[in-house]
Amino acid sequence: MKKRAVSFSLNGEPVETLVEDRELLVHVLREQLGMTGTHIGCETSHCGVCTVDLNGESVKSCTMLAVQAEGAEVITVEGLADSEGLHAVQQAFIDEHGLQCGFCTTGMMMRAYRFLRENPEPSEEEIRWGMSGNLCRCTGYQNIIKAVQTAAVKLQQAEG
Amino acid sequence: MIPSEFHYHQASSVDDAITLLNRFEDAKIVAGGHSLLPMMKLRMAEPAHLIDLNGLPELKQIRLDGDCIAIGAMCTENELIRSELLQARCPLIVEAARHIADPQVRSRATIGGDIAHGDPGNDHPALMLATDAEFIINGPDGERRAPANGFFLGTYWTGLEESELLTTIRIPAFAPGTGYGFNKIKRKTGDYATAGASVVLNLEAGQIRHIRIALTNVGPTALRAEEAERLLLGQSPDQALLRSAAEAAMAVCEPVADLSGDVQYKTAMAGEMTRRSLTDALDRAGGGR
Repeated sequence: MKKRAVSFSLNGEPVETLVEDRELLVHVLREQLGMTGTHIGCETSHCGVCTVDLNGESVKSCTMLAVQAEGAEVITVEGLADSEGLHAVQQAFIDEHGLQCGFCTTGMMMRAYRFLRENPEPSEEEIRWGMSGNLCRCTGYQNIIKAVQTAAVKLQQAEG
Repeated sequence: MIPSEFHYHQASSVDDAITLLNRFEDAKIVAGGHSLLPMMKLRMAEPAHLIDLNGLPELKQIRLDGDCIAIGAMCTENELIRSELLQARCPLIVEAARHIADPQVRSRATIGGDIAHGDPGNDHPALMLATDAEFIINGPDGERRAPANGFFLGTYWTGLEESELLTTIRIPAFAPGTGYGFNKIKRKTGDYATAGASVVLNLEAGQIRHIRIALTNVGPTALRAEEAERLLLGQSPDQALLRSAAEAAMAVCEPVADLSGDVQYKTAMAGEMTRRSLTDALDRAGGGR
């Protein structure tokens, strides 16, 4: 099958790569662009470990074709930290012990990153609702919720 | 899991999409892709050509069109939820969209895809029956209109021809005195409904003068509970009549037993969801009992 060029912004940098029409975004991110922080779990859009940010919304990159990312702005977990250090969401997952095996963590953080932009001061109920597209099979949800709460406070302080 | 090989085409306009759809044997439209891509991975669908409607701004609008709200088929669930027009004039769609799938899926999944796919587990078909929606369908011979009532024919089977494209959904804006209810039971976020019920009714001097009751995932397609509607029309229902209506709704159910429940359980849940949606709708219409 002939490949076609697709170009988009990845963590703020322009990238161009050749893909087959049937290639999924998650595979191109991991295998061609080296962004292995984006995980592959259920592959049926249920578990959320493949969550990335696309044009300002959270999407499951296992259920999108790479060609559909043409011209888009994509952020993966590798794009969260900057020269100042870890993003508040990442630090909060450490501080609140928001991970056990860690497999779901990158998807959780990418969803939390976008969710806290959609709703900077969420209630616990709203966090549970907003994070409901991500599964943790260690069932460590309690500390994941705490991590999102802590990140919300830190991000608000940084704003203020 | 990776779909089998196909040729991808980005449509540049609605006309271009229809031309592409009719040029190729075995072409399929992709909207949000959250039903089609999983089916392609599982080889339940293997189209040779995929025509993408993403990127067509003309299918993304939500606007008032006379007494109706016209919704572009490519509006995502999140765009429905965020629409101030829908919040004000057809809040049933907003409430239901909030209960469809999960936040990430709602970023991509579209109202048009949900309707055109014809899956009995999808939520929009029953909403379309409940709101008396009308579809604008474009094909090689131009544009036609089709009412939602009569459009859903069976599992993965709608009134849409293979040569045609659903472009716009027109929903009558709610008149004063309108109440609505949407209730669905599911095991967890992201599951299809075990059973769901959508209700729209209008009260005049405490009496129901218009009512629609539609059910999700308890038959081969979305179902109207017409006998239940007849029982309630012209009435100021008490609890006993609401229970009778719920039983009439249960009588039209023919669910398939699966891991989310057996036939008896799913039918009972359809009745209970109907009773709750009727209660919500009456309260919202101003007929609090």
